[in-house]
Amino acid sequence: MPVPILKQGHYLVASIQDALSDGEVLELQENLLKQIGEFRARGIIVDVAAMDVIDSFASRSLRTVALTTRLRGAEMVIVGIQPDVAFAMVRFGLYMDDINTALDLEEGLEFLDRWIAERADTDEG
Amino acid sequence: MRDEVLVAIASDADVVLARQTGRSMATQLGLSRSEATLLATAISEVARNIVEYVGDGQILLCIVNLNGMEGVKVVATDSGPGIENVEKALQDYQSSGGRLGLGLPGARRLMDEFHMISEVGEGTTVTMTKWKGSRGG
Amino acid sequence: MQHDEVTLMQAPRTDGDDSCLPELVSHLRDNRTRLREEWAQRITDAQLLGAMSEEEIFSEVTSVFDKYVDTLETGSVESLQEYAEDLSERIIPRGVETHEVLGIVLLLRDVLARSLFQKYQENFELLNRVLDAYEPAANRIAVIVGVSFVHERERVIGQQQATIRELSTPVLQVRERLLALPIIGELDSQRAAQLTEQLLNAVRRNRARVVVIDITGVPSVDKNVANHLVQTVRACRLMGAAVLVTGLSSDIARTLVTLGVDLSMMDTVGDLQGGIEEAERLLGYEVRKAQAASPEDKG
Repeated sequence: MPVPILKQGHYLVASIQDALSDGEVLELQENLLKQIGEFRARGIIVDVAAMDVIDSFASRSLRTVALTTRLRGAEMVIVGIQPDVAFAMVRFGLYMDDINTALDLEEGLEFLDRWIAERADTDEG
Repeated sequence: MRDEVLVAIASDADVVLARQTGRSMATQLGLSRSEATLLATAISEVARNIVEYVGDGQILLCIVNLNGMEGVKVVATDSGPGIENVEKALQDYQSSGGRLGLGLPGARRLMDEFHMISEVGEGTTVTMTKWKGSRGG
Repeated sequence: MQHDEVTLMQAPRTDGDDSCLPELVSHLRDNRTRLREEWAQRITDAQLLGAMSEEEIFSEVTSVFDKYVDTLETGSVESLQEYAEDLSERIIPRGVETHEVLGIVLLLRDVLARSLFQKYQENFELLNRVLDAYEPAANRIAVIVGVSFVHERERVIGQQQATIRELSTPVLQVRERLLALPIIGELDSQRAAQLTEQLLNAVRRNRARVVVIDITGVPSVDKNVANHLVQTVRACRLMGAAVLVTGLSSDIARTLVTLGVDLSMMDTVGDLQGGIEEAERLLGYEVRKAQAASPEDKG
């Protein structure tokens, strides 16, 4: 079952329920790219609260989606990494330094608002 | 609670099954949520390695008891091409892909015990254990 | 549970034993109601299970009696162990203590033994053979039940201690969205892992955006401690929280850098107070930023 993508203002919100296979990641990416185009979305929130494990594959996949969607002009934020998952990721060596992260949906939305506002300021300046 | 479970690994779904089974065993044994996640993540890594680089193999999950210490032991085997230099594979990898981008060093950091033997042309066996009460430490 | 604890109670079996067992088991079953009542009476007389109501006692007594006799018959250790673990899990929250559990099991052993004495009193030799079969089995049951109960209690106590440790963790909510963690004492990997776990859980619970970790109270800050800190910072980051580390003197910081520790991940500030003020600024600043409508606010 493909990851559901919802619209929230100018943003897209995708909630990953389970472990995704290669194919499902690609599908998610394609769907996001499509919807970015359709709705002119400026930001994407990927909610991983339901993921009880984030391994190197999941981490790579998330990073790929983030980079690809950024090329299309939408900034991505990962939200919902659980405490024990964050602990395991860091022990493992998965830092995701170049990916935006926030605590939850609410924080993610605020992050995107600030991000967009900064861009707007820069553009005006 | 079953003491031993053997999971055949040949697909993404098997990776998820193996780690969920591991988590479930850990939880029943009384490991903390954190310990269970460390275990599940390590299982996920080795299972994915099998699927990605070999195609198929198996993972044996067992409850172990040593001098009062309880834990979950994982034995992941495949009959793939084998790794020539185990030492090197266990050093921190360059993410340049190929078999060296293995995530094994990471898995080792998550577990309390970790051994790997491999023979070119024969296959690879990774044995690792997570003890209860060890936390991440 | 270690099985060597159980084999200690296993008396050597002689030939006559196995033939007696079915007969004595069926005697005990036939007289089930009477024996159960006797046992329940003895329990009350001994003032055991005071924490439970009469109905509760009756229901437990019924179930334990049947299990006892079943185990005498089958000799199955695993089945009894599982049963005893379940029973312990049930009654420990009710406030039942170890001496009570041992007490009631031994009382049941006595009640059944008396019944066997009475039945076989005419035939001393037969009585002896019956007891040869009964005693080791009954003693084994007492040990298994007792040990299972103690193990379960230890587990519960362990859990309680873990909870206490967590509650006494010094993760403080200083302001909304702001947590402080003053670490006092040596920081080894075990402790670092524990503190990190607790901190991460606190970040989620309090929806913290900034965490101030103060290490003034950590006596020796070496490469390992620094690496633990860096890991903690990274983990908090994954949950959207920024971390300020305070109490790291510039001398130590310099030493760590020369040792190859990557401190770029950490924002360090002088002391805890300074760190909290800085954190508040960060939070205040961020709130302002979100409301920013004009370029003037950027100053």
